Amino acid sequence: MSPVAVKSLAGRLSNAFLAAGAVPVEAEALQPAEVLLDLYGEDIRGRAYVTDDPVDGEQMLRPDFTVPVVQMHMADGAEPARYTYNGPVWRKQEPGAGRAKEYLQVGFELFDRHDPAASDAEVFALFHEILKPYGLRMATGDVGLLAAAIDGLTTTARRKERLRRQIWRPDRFHHLLDMYSGKAENLPTRIALLDQVEAKGAKAVLKAAGPLLGVRSEAEIMARVASLQKDATTRPIPENEVEALEELLALHGPAADALQTLRGVEDRLNGFAPAVDRLEARLNAMAAQGVNVETLPFEASFGLTSLEYYDGFVFGFFDGETPISSGGRYDALTAVLGQGRSIPAVGGVIRPDALAAVGGVA
Amino acid sequence: MSVLKLAVPSKGRLQEKTMAWFAEHGINVSRAGSDREYSGVVTGVEGVELVMLSAGEIPKELKAGRIHLGVTGTDLIHEKLPLWQSVVVNLQELGFGQADLIIAVPKGWVDVDCVEDLDGVAAQFRANHGYRLRIATKYHNLVRGFLRSKGVADYQLVDSQGATEGVVKNLTAEAIADITSSGATLEANHLKTLDDGLILQSQACVFASRTADWSDASRAALRDMATKTGWDITGI
Repeated sequence: MSPVAVKSLAGRLSNAFLAAGAVPVEAEALQPAEVLLDLYGEDIRGRAYVTDDPVDGEQMLRPDFTVPVVQMHMADGAEPARYTYNGPVWRKQEPGAGRAKEYLQVGFELFDRHDPAASDAEVFALFHEILKPYGLRMATGDVGLLAAAIDGLTTTARRKERLRRQIWRPDRFHHLLDMYSGKAENLPTRIALLDQVEAKGAKAVLKAAGPLLGVRSEAEIMARVASLQKDATTRPIPENEVEALEELLALHGPAADALQTLRGVEDRLNGFAPAVDRLEARLNAMAAQGVNVETLPFEASFGLTSLEYYDGFVFGFFDGETPISSGGRYDALTAVLGQGRSIPAVGGVIRPDALAAVGGVA
Repeated sequence: MSVLKLAVPSKGRLQEKTMAWFAEHGINVSRAGSDREYSGVVTGVEGVELVMLSAGEIPKELKAGRIHLGVTGTDLIHEKLPLWQSVVVNLQELGFGQADLIIAVPKGWVDVDCVEDLDGVAAQFRANHGYRLRIATKYHNLVRGFLRSKGVADYQLVDSQGATEGVVKNLTAEAIADITSSGATLEANHLKTLDDGLILQSQACVFASRTADWSDASRAALRDMATKTGWDITGI
């Protein structure tokens, strides 16, 4: 497909979002790197192009529009608001993978405090309608369910925090869960450290290690040793809760059936029911928008891969394994960028280059 | 007339050992004129020209195809040429210049022994100090790739091109990722390696460029060298 044809398809997608009531917005190609680094960590340097300005410091070629659109809205947006954008983003790709480093994204973002279920449904139904002629594979999920399930575990705040940090890294997450539920032993080096601390006291162990260099202070080390000690004596997470969590992670099927399964799980995890209520409200709102939730695929672990800012509903459209469109809810991101203020937000993007390559559509 | 360009490190023990290795295999590589002149002569095989380059420059010269063969460390090849398999062929591991690329933290961090601990400390450090834990290195690609594979993200890399072991004391980083052979420099700077923080085991190797101009004459010179060294040159 020629670049001109891709651009024309992007224009048609953009018009569809405008027709849905969105205001067109632009964002600068160069974004301050600091904000993105704060959000994503050092990883983002491996994924985005970084350059330097003598006055403004490190800059990044925007890897997506979400961050600048949220910033713009937080600065002077009226509510509720619907925005659309159409422009290139830049991402470093795996060496040799042959994927485009620059490609267009056409997106739609909805900021509304009123009714999150209705907002989720509005955004999904809009993408669903626009992409219907292409016969794509759909996927939906809900990061909020897993977060609520972790909150509901019978364990310490520290362990919950560690698990939440690793939601996006399934291997690490399962390793932690095994340790916290007593299925895996504590690290041998940690057991050795705690034995020493037990025998001699933390201060003596620290002193024997030699001079302490650097910014990290003795108080910080003592604090972490104390929290490791406390953690080692924490009771394992009950078996039935771990099972419920594993069942949740493995959940995969039509959305309406998934809801029934979750109703069966909810009593085993404290405070989990409201998250299931939110899923039910969303499915009802989707059905009202004409989405068939009896067949809509739902996968509880969908979206737990790369983009760490989604914290609720997530969705994707695929041609085989090729992602064509993705989106979701990112309330927490607005809280981070809003410095104290926040606004519930949900949105998504379509890649016109990938969509144009989908076979069988003129 | 020279038809094959061979690059060796321009100074130090790496150069001496490289020359000794070639001499053992009947290829005499020596400096021309004074010790300060960066050119040399090769005898024992026909048509080979010697160039002396900093070991750090050799990867990009191999990639550009300006040299046919180059002696440098695997650490530098892997760091500077992300697609190194498609750019160079490793003809010979030389058995010297061994060094491990590792992650090291202050010995006083009694609560840190492995990458998992580093991740925990990174979260604590960011919460306490308002910025990400800094790791000083010159191996940005290798370190970032390693930590990504381990699921660690809450850190930042700061560039350090030399005397990296000193940065913790100077308060410009909390941890380092650098090459070490004996561990003596780490020891002297009160640093310790993470148990599972070995990123790469490196040694000096002879690399052949896939992108250089391999004319019939330069191939003939390579065959000549291969007869003496036993190199498998079928991949070039």
